[in-house]
Amino acid sequence: MLAWTIYISLIGVGVLMALPRGKPGAARAVALLAALGGFTCALAGAATLDPGRLSTVTRLRWIPSLGIEYHLAADGISLTLVLLTGIATIAGILFSWNVEHRAKEFFAFYLLLIAGVYGVFLSFDVFLLFVFYELAIIPKYFLIAIWGSTRKEYGAMKLALYSFVGSAMVLVGLVAAYVLAGAKTMSLLELARYPFPESFQMWAFPLVFIGFAVLAGLWPFHTWAPTGHVAAPTAASMLLAGVVMKLGAYGCLRVAMTLFPHGLDPWGFSLLGFGSWRDVLSLLAVVGIVYGGLVALVQRDFKFVIGYSSVSHMGFVLLGLLTLNTVGVSGAVLQMFSHGVIAGLLFAVVGRMVYDRTHTRELGKLELMNLNRAMPFAAVTFIIAGMASMGLPGFSGFWAELQVLVGAWQAFPTFAVLAGFGILVGAAYILRAVQKAFFAEPEEESVGAVPNGHGPLALPPITVPERLGAFLLIGCTLAIGLYPRLLLHLIIPGLGSPLFEWLAKGGTP
Amino acid sequence: MSGVAYLELFRLAVPETILVVTVLAVLGADLVALRGLELSFRRTIAALISCAGCAGAIAWLLLAQPQGSFAEGMLVADSLTRVVKLALLALTILTALISVNTDFTPHAGEYFALLLLATLGMMFLVSTEDILMIFISLELTSLSLYVLTAFAKQRADSAEAAMKYFLFGGMAAAFTLFGLSLLYGLSGSTDLSRVADALRGPRLDPLLVLAMVMTLVGFGFKVAAVPFHLWAPDAYQGAPAPSAALIASGSKVAGFVVLAKVVTVGLSGAQGSAAWQACAPGWVPVLALMAAASMLLGNLAAIVQSSVRRLLAYSAVAHAGYMLLGVLGHGGQSLAALVYYVITYGLTTLGAFGVIAVVQGRTGGDNLSNLAGLSRRAPLLALCMLIFMLSLAGIPPLPGFVGKFYIFAALLNAGPQSMGLLWLVILAVGMSAVSLYYYLLVLKQVYVAEPQDGTAALPVPALSQVVLVLLALAVVGLGCAPDVLISRLLAAVNFAGL
Repeated sequence: MLAWTIYISLIGVGVLMALPRGKPGAARAVALLAALGGFTCALAGAATLDPGRLSTVTRLRWIPSLGIEYHLAADGISLTLVLLTGIATIAGILFSWNVEHRAKEFFAFYLLLIAGVYGVFLSFDVFLLFVFYELAIIPKYFLIAIWGSTRKEYGAMKLALYSFVGSAMVLVGLVAAYVLAGAKTMSLLELARYPFPESFQMWAFPLVFIGFAVLAGLWPFHTWAPTGHVAAPTAASMLLAGVVMKLGAYGCLRVAMTLFPHGLDPWGFSLLGFGSWRDVLSLLAVVGIVYGGLVALVQRDFKFVIGYSSVSHMGFVLLGLLTLNTVGVSGAVLQMFSHGVIAGLLFAVVGRMVYDRTHTRELGKLELMNLNRAMPFAAVTFIIAGMASMGLPGFSGFWAELQVLVGAWQAFPTFAVLAGFGILVGAAYILRAVQKAFFAEPEEESVGAVPNGHGPLALPPITVPERLGAFLLIGCTLAIGLYPRLLLHLIIPGLGSPLFEWLAKGGTP
Repeated sequence: MSGVAYLELFRLAVPETILVVTVLAVLGADLVALRGLELSFRRTIAALISCAGCAGAIAWLLLAQPQGSFAEGMLVADSLTRVVKLALLALTILTALISVNTDFTPHAGEYFALLLLATLGMMFLVSTEDILMIFISLELTSLSLYVLTAFAKQRADSAEAAMKYFLFGGMAAAFTLFGLSLLYGLSGSTDLSRVADALRGPRLDPLLVLAMVMTLVGFGFKVAAVPFHLWAPDAYQGAPAPSAALIASGSKVAGFVVLAKVVTVGLSGAQGSAAWQACAPGWVPVLALMAAASMLLGNLAAIVQSSVRRLLAYSAVAHAGYMLLGVLGHGGQSLAALVYYVITYGLTTLGAFGVIAVVQGRTGGDNLSNLAGLSRRAPLLALCMLIFMLSLAGIPPLPGFVGKFYIFAALLNAGPQSMGLLWLVILAVGMSAVSLYYYLLVLKQVYVAEPQDGTAALPVPALSQVVLVLLALAVVGLGCAPDVLISRLLAAVNFAGL
């Protein structure tokens, strides 16, 4: 059942390619159908499969000569992220209902990207996982380069090259691991059981972890994220922040930490106060949290604020993973889901509701437009999304960041304090953006700058698909915020599987 | 000397004989019967005869499955040479089909005859383990290719390219001949395995080092590895598109197979090592340096090209670097990986040249800007180009990725010391990340850029379209189901005992 998430998306791509040109309505309908189909499969899978066990969906011998299998399976972690992908896909399509330019190609690339994402979350053969991971890079390039805005070709190329360099690092580590383990299998389960020499893990772990973390926006390799998000069309930025960055974090957890757990052990000596890769990487994660927040605080472009906020929030995911205790790691997975939904919502407001109507994202110009009266729906949506992003109780972000902080407090208290400071900065930049974009009082003399100086700006009304998309995403973040067990009962048993043995041993530096 | 078993020789050389007959048929039909007829008709007939001949050879190889060795490796037929010959013949058929819709020459018969002669040379090249035969078939291939390069007689750059190719090739052939004669002098035999036996010793004879380097210079030229690649950009750009496609695909397949045979069989006692901090003299370090230089220079130089053909030439240099890694592994797995890589690369690059040929024919140039907006002017052609470029860049699930993965894994897995070659793998993977940049530049023109002279549909000849779609399907198929080819190659390699 779950495997059909991938196939339905691919069938959608095929149907879209066969459609005649100049029929954007049909293209949208096909894309939405495929997205709904994928989400239904994901839901059915989440409802029926036991999250505490690895349930194999499909297992075929793919390249027997090399011991490579086509192995799709799911545990609680995969299920959580597959659900997120389903939700983000539907929302993304609803928010790109106004794409008219080369619509069928747009949705074809979009669904191809989605197929790759589903595939990564469901692969339990490392080779297959890598195949899907790379499959997702190319559509991103085209989505941004063709349908993007501000410096789109630069942003697209930067994103593609960063992703590819990251995956090149991963590939080196994986080929070496494959050969060391006898070149007989690429199965994640088999490789995780193979006792790789500690000296090997010590260099393979950082290589693979950082390779994946590039896509998760680990500071200082995050610079593709803001430019890419800003250049991307709305749906693509929603997916980039919502799902694609999770691919990186998922790879860190599923591949790097599972295959090379000893890479996290202390080096046995101390260099500049660092005693292990874990220290180095968690410092980078914390720097990302604080730095991303501070940079978001001074942006003039509305979308850059959200772009940098993604870097900050993804820092929580990476920090949570490195705590190596169940609270922290489950918080990280919950944060992946939570950020996926919230970032999608934020980008939807900025890119679709505001930018497509006002044709500017400069906070300085938006200040003059009195948008809270011109677009009350957008304002309210953004405030709700902002509250969720700040981590107020009642929203999913609260539980996720709380868990990460608790986990970090057990593992490294100093970093926990710094991350807490990051949450404060998060509140500051969101409030600043809300105030500037929606609630600024235009000064008397500048009123003339507004096209029609009397009353609120006449803008096209918010459409039904936009409302539906916004309700969907708000509903998800509220549901998890009010009843986090909904996902935690998937995540926590998932972490109990033998693949995460290191979790039981971890937690003490 | 009465013991020559001509019947045995004939039995092994039936496919080659079919090709020779086809050459004569093409020439005869064109010169005798079709002289006064319209040129496109003559081309079609010549192409048909060529394809029929190649198909006949393929059918014989598939049905009769000849096995055996004639006169101590003078002519060898086993399952490995069969797979490679099948690939060569298939590439030739596709090249011939692409040639039908081009009009650079009034000499249709001669053109197709030379195409077949070049293929004949390649087939002999891969099916011999004898130094003398290797040299002769190398010359047959090269001389045919020089002429094919110069075939667009009315264009100066075609002549220039051929001149460069010829001068470099002549020099390289002289080096090869000198190196091979030294090998013969050292061992007293022209049979590769006997050469290996005679040369196996505790330490390297300086004369052997000289012989080895000279030989490798010649093969380095053939496969366009740095620093013997200088002819490639000009030849790829100046030659008529189908000739360039054959140079880039078939000639590369044959060149690499024979290179692997020469070093793994003939020089098996003089490997040396290129492991990090544990280098030892031999052919491995020489090839490792050539591979590293090819990957670096090919990929970096391709970035700044504005002509797609030159870009493909430098990308070919870079791919020669990856393929040399397959030669370095010198084991059964590596050989299978190498052959998988060169065959899929041949199909991919042939397809890319096919697209360029169509675009150049319609827009008059092969610059990046000539591809602008292709996705709206010829969507199917653009989709084919997308597949070819992504495969060259090594994006899964296309064969460019599977091949690279297999070559790297086989290289590291070749022996106890071979983890020391990890530096080459790191360089190769890093450089393939660089290569994505310029392949994306091509695709950016195809999919992103606005068409220059309107969105009018680009008329694509039906035959070319069919051939290109077939190639794209073959590429996707070999990428998604690589085991079809890999398992056969492994069985063949194990059978041949390499």
